Amino acid sequence: MADLSVKIAGVEFKNPVIPASGVFGYGREYEELFPLSKLGGIATKGTTITKRNGNPSPRIAETPSGMLNSVGLQNPGIDKFISEELPNLMTKDTVILANIAGSTADECVEIAKKLDETDVHMIELNISCPNVKQGGMAFGATCDGAAGITKRVRQVTKKPLVVKLSPNVTSIAEIAKSVEAEGADALSLINTVLGMRIDINTKRPILKNNMGGMSGPAVLPIAVRMVWQTANAVNIPIIGMGGISSGEDAVEMMMAGASAVQVGAAIFTDPYAPIKIIDGINDYLDSNNIKSVSEIIGSVQPW
Amino acid sequence: MKYTQGKYQVLEKKALAKDIFSIVILCPEIAEIAVPGQFVHILPQGCTLRRPISICDIDREKGTLRIVFIVKGDGTKNIAAVNEGSLIDMLAPLGHGFTLDKSFKKVVLVGGGIGTPPMLPLAKIYGEKAAVISGFRSAEAVILQEDFKKTGAETILCTDDGTTGIKGFVTQPLKELLEQGSIEAVYACGPMPMLKNIAALADSANVYCEVSLEERMGCGIGACLVCACKTKKDGEEHFAHVCKNGPVFNAKEVIW
Ligand SMILES: Cc1cc2nc3c(=O)[nH]c(=O)nc-3n(C[C@H](O)[C@H](O)[C@H](O)COP(=O)(O)OP(=O)(O)OC[C@H]3O[C@@H](n4cnc5c(N)ncnc54)[C@H](O)[C@@H]3O)c2cc1C
Ligand SMILES: Cc1cc2nc3c(=O)[nH]c(=O)nc-3n(C[C@H](O)[C@H](O)[C@H](O)COP(=O)(O)O)c2cc1C
Ligand code: FES
Repeated sequence: MADLSVKIAGVEFKNPVIPASGVFGYGREYEELFPLSKLGGIATKGTTITKRNGNPSPRIAETPSGMLNSVGLQNPGIDKFISEELPNLMTKDTVILANIAGSTADECVEIAKKLDETDVHMIELNISCPNVKQGGMAFGATCDGAAGITKRVRQVTKKPLVVKLSPNVTSIAEIAKSVEAEGADALSLINTVLGMRIDINTKRPILKNNMGGMSGPAVLPIAVRMVWQTANAVNIPIIGMGGISSGEDAVEMMMAGASAVQVGAAIFTDPYAPIKIIDGINDYLDSNNIKSVSEIIGSVQPW
Repeated sequence: MKYTQGKYQVLEKKALAKDIFSIVILCPEIAEIAVPGQFVHILPQGCTLRRPISICDIDREKGTLRIVFIVKGDGTKNIAAVNEGSLIDMLAPLGHGFTLDKSFKKVVLVGGGIGTPPMLPLAKIYGEKAAVISGFRSAEAVILQEDFKKTGAETILCTDDGTTGIKGFVTQPLKELLEQGSIEAVYACGPMPMLKNIAALADSANVYCEVSLEERMGCGIGACLVCACKTKKDGEEHFAHVCKNGPVFNAKEVIW
């Protein structure tokens, strides 16, 4: 058994595997299948200041080796999250990353202020949701936008701040640098890749929102590339995600430079995916005589 | 345990009509707790997403579930390709089933097309107290009528083109039954326009009505919120989730 623990922005994770924001709710449903304490951490559903219903259905479509979603940040609002979900999550012996997604900078600041007064371990600031008209990806699309919102949220919280980046940009490394310069403690990437599918019989997009965010195995190479480019550009740790569905995928992402990984779509295919990924990482380390998972972080030897 | 995931053996596979298959799966721990109206979430080979399919029969003694489905796209095609003896990856039982009341003296079960299978477990429970109205496009699409007869329920068959049974929609015989009075509940599954008409008929006859809805799904257990459908409760609109709050809803709560 190798040492699977990692440290990100001063926070200890017992292992580097975290269900991604939006696929895991607040853990209640998956707790029927396995204890949440097995997980390195949990990234909770993106929270806005007040309740949001999200976009009309259909909100999901299958794509070759992947999927599109257009949920649009359905959530009960920050006050309910803090009163009804967070206290329960904090008893689960795992790191809790509260994902926040305001539609304006003011809203993100308000949410972050409220979270600053809780016991939550980390804040994951989502500046990359492709499924909302305001905020979301628009914040993360330019260096100025990303820097501006990071700066404002940084001012109101002492919690370790992870900024979640969008892949739908020309240079993710430039965005990452501007976020780092404004005090982000870590980065997480990638959020979903903007995509679309059309039913050729009805000529209608499958998603009612027309477009949606693509994730799942098909995006893994894009995500590995972006994590690698970002890791080469910044000095803060990175949580890598996008298409990870096995221990091998996680190892690859960590070699590209990620200190931990998040798992999204793979959980729909196999609800035990996070557990199997933890075991898979351990198997890789054991069979290669590597004592600690932290040894593989950024260990790719590029040509 | 509320639900579980694993690989389960297919004991029997039969074609019931063109592109419609019936599969019996050995899964004692699921059969033990499954109730009418719930569904199973099957991972077809080669797919990223699971496919929700209603439970069509629960046999606790044999430890089996039966599902009946139509081949629509790649997912259901791959499920249909599974052979007897091989394994199927299933997360089940899921969702909120039909509300049963043994004190009801007369109920109507209405199934339209591939919406008929989830009516079978209800027919088994209500037996002679049930009238089952099934509607199909045409004679060659008719399924499960023998199974319904075996439950002791009264069976009424309709086809759109009149090639067998009554020519016309299920709503006609339903209306007649409701007019006779004494019906205490209507349960229905099928296409949305059919369910909407059934709900309206039940409402005007002041009879309790439950409908089983469909929506595209991700997790199937209430975590990802992709399967939203609009409902109302106490005059307020909600986005309920078909996989967890449903698939069975009180028809009065559905926003059509
Ligand atoms: C609660 C519930 C119970 C169901 N019970 C049955 C049943 O007993 N028998 C049966 O034949 N069918 C049933 N369906 C419909 C069945 O899930 C779809 O026909 C099936 O998912 C189609 O998959 P596909 O890959 O063959 O088709 P495709 O059209 O290629 O599917 C593409 C994607 O859309 C989803 N999708 C397409 N149509 C539907 C639909 N109507 N509902 C939900 N998701 C859909 C698929 O799951 C897949 O993710 C049920 C659906 C729900 C929600
Ligand atoms: C259904 C669904 C909902 C999501 N909701 C959120 C969200 O609320 N906030 C967020 O930051 N990311 C959200 N994401 C993006 C994931 O957290 C993750 O970045 C992305 O899916 C890539 O990982 P994957 O390929 O493993 O799925 C969502 C993804 C899916 C599939
Ligand atoms: S399918 Fe995930 S909440 Fe219903």
